[in-house]
Amino acid sequence: MPGSKLLTLPHDKDSEADLWIKAATVLAVLAVIALCAMIVVAALPALFSQTHTPFEWVWQPYHGHFGILPMCASSLLLALSALIIAFPWALGIVIWHLTEEEPALSWARKAFGLFIRLLTTVPTVVLSFAAVFLLTPLLRTAFGGTGMCLLGATLMVSLLILPTMVLVMESGLAQPLERLCPQGLALGLSRYQLLCHCLLPQSRTTLLQAAVLGFGRACGDTLLPLMLAGNAPRLPLHLTDSTRTLSAHMALVTANEVGGAAYNSLFAAGLFLLGTTLCVTLALRRLARAKSSGSTV
Amino acid sequence: MSIFSAKSLVLACAGLLFSVQPVFSDALAPFKTLSGSLDIAGGTAHIPVMKGAAQQIMQANPKIRITVAGGGSGVGVQKVGEGLVQIGNTGRALKESEITKYGLVSFPFAIDGVAVAVNPQNSVKSLRKDQIKDIFTGKITNWRDLGGKDAPISLYVREDGSGTRETFEGRALDKVSSTDTANVVNSNGAMKTAIARDPNAIGYVGIGHLDASIQGVAIDQKQPTQEAAAKGEYPVTRLLYMNTKGQPTGLTKAFVDYIFSDNGRALITKAGYIPYARK
Repeated sequence: MPGSKLLTLPHDKDSEADLWIKAATVLAVLAVIALCAMIVVAALPALFSQTHTPFEWVWQPYHGHFGILPMCASSLLLALSALIIAFPWALGIVIWHLTEEEPALSWARKAFGLFIRLLTTVPTVVLSFAAVFLLTPLLRTAFGGTGMCLLGATLMVSLLILPTMVLVMESGLAQPLERLCPQGLALGLSRYQLLCHCLLPQSRTTLLQAAVLGFGRACGDTLLPLMLAGNAPRLPLHLTDSTRTLSAHMALVTANEVGGAAYNSLFAAGLFLLGTTLCVTLALRRLARAKSSGSTV
Repeated sequence: MSIFSAKSLVLACAGLLFSVQPVFSDALAPFKTLSGSLDIAGGTAHIPVMKGAAQQIMQANPKIRITVAGGGSGVGVQKVGEGLVQIGNTGRALKESEITKYGLVSFPFAIDGVAVAVNPQNSVKSLRKDQIKDIFTGKITNWRDLGGKDAPISLYVREDGSGTRETFEGRALDKVSSTDTANVVNSNGAMKTAIARDPNAIGYVGIGHLDASIQGVAIDQKQPTQEAAAKGEYPVTRLLYMNTKGQPTGLTKAFVDYIFSDNGRALITKAGYIPYARK
């Protein structure tokens, strides 16, 4: 290709840059592997402890019970329910945002795009603080109890992951849609029809990517559940039950403990969090690959 | 003109130099000639006081390095006893065995009182100790049973390992753990917010944190006040101790003295505790 020759750098510089990029990649990968290995090694004493096993349903450190299972369950419940709430919303927002054709509403489209981008930059502590004063009293009057519950944390976490998922979906769908537009519109299809009937069925990877990212953020967020879910260390049986997620649990325990069985069990908790996000990522990737190879692109 | 401006420049430089010189107040004077490092570990309730003092001292004399770590009372005794730190903090009096084994000397410096608190709208202003025990262990769940309105009790407790929780469960609940259905908050401030926002709430805070936003509850007719805690009338209190191996000397002695100085007392009050006179 004679055209591309003009764009390439002189050969030695090119290979030097290549070397640096490779070195940086190797370093980054090694750092991630080292981090995982460290967590696994640190978690071993807790995992194989005969007296203080983390695999039980009771957390009472003063009575020798260091079970983290209720917190594991509550983290998963919170992340899944937040995903269930936020995913359809995100998809709906993206569809509207990409297909709104009414010229009178173009300012609303632009403003909304800006708003969503702004939403990603709101620190979770601000979200939590606002929710403590606005959402918690509302839940208290509506459902009784203290208002600090799984539902409150779920709603706020879904608000937290919503803009992330919107941005991921939009960046994956906008360009393919623009590519389809000239021919599609000429055939008499609307942007909405192009997106929903032609593009979306082929965009499982993008949608799953958004879901994975949303799930990861929901699973790992600490401050929202810490301030809103009530932190009672037990399995929530109802949406209005007070509950404690793994991340909130780690924040609560590290504040006061250094060393000891309670501290060690935190590494098991960390390992579980890491394992969960890893499994979900791998599973969804496999799913995406299987689907995309099955369908004709 | 030029001479004048040169003079003023010199003056300005001198002024700048003096302002950079560390200012030694009376309490900080003993640290002027000292240098080296001091390690402190143990009780978590002590940390705000220790950290505050350490910052003031290190700011006045950068040649001094003070580290403050937590770990709990047991860690405090063990580390100071084995010479790993110079001051080991405990939230309880030393046991006879610990004193004889390590030859430790104790310096109680503050009273940590914990008050049971409810929302100001709540008509219940006084409780018996056995009622408090029943509330926090989950046996009583409605304010009706305590002479209040017919509403479920919202229970708030502190996280495991918190000094406030330790004092409360040790002195008010006779070492029984509170029920695991209670909401857990992670600071005195968060506890105050929770109680102030929830009309059916009950929880506990350090006495120093009581204010108009929450209502302190009398225990067996004893009002939770700084004065009652200082006199020993109010039951839910403990002393905070610094412990050294043998009589302290040098930097360690200066630090202990500083905690008992006016500056130290101000830090103790700021952390929500009551200064305890040196014996």
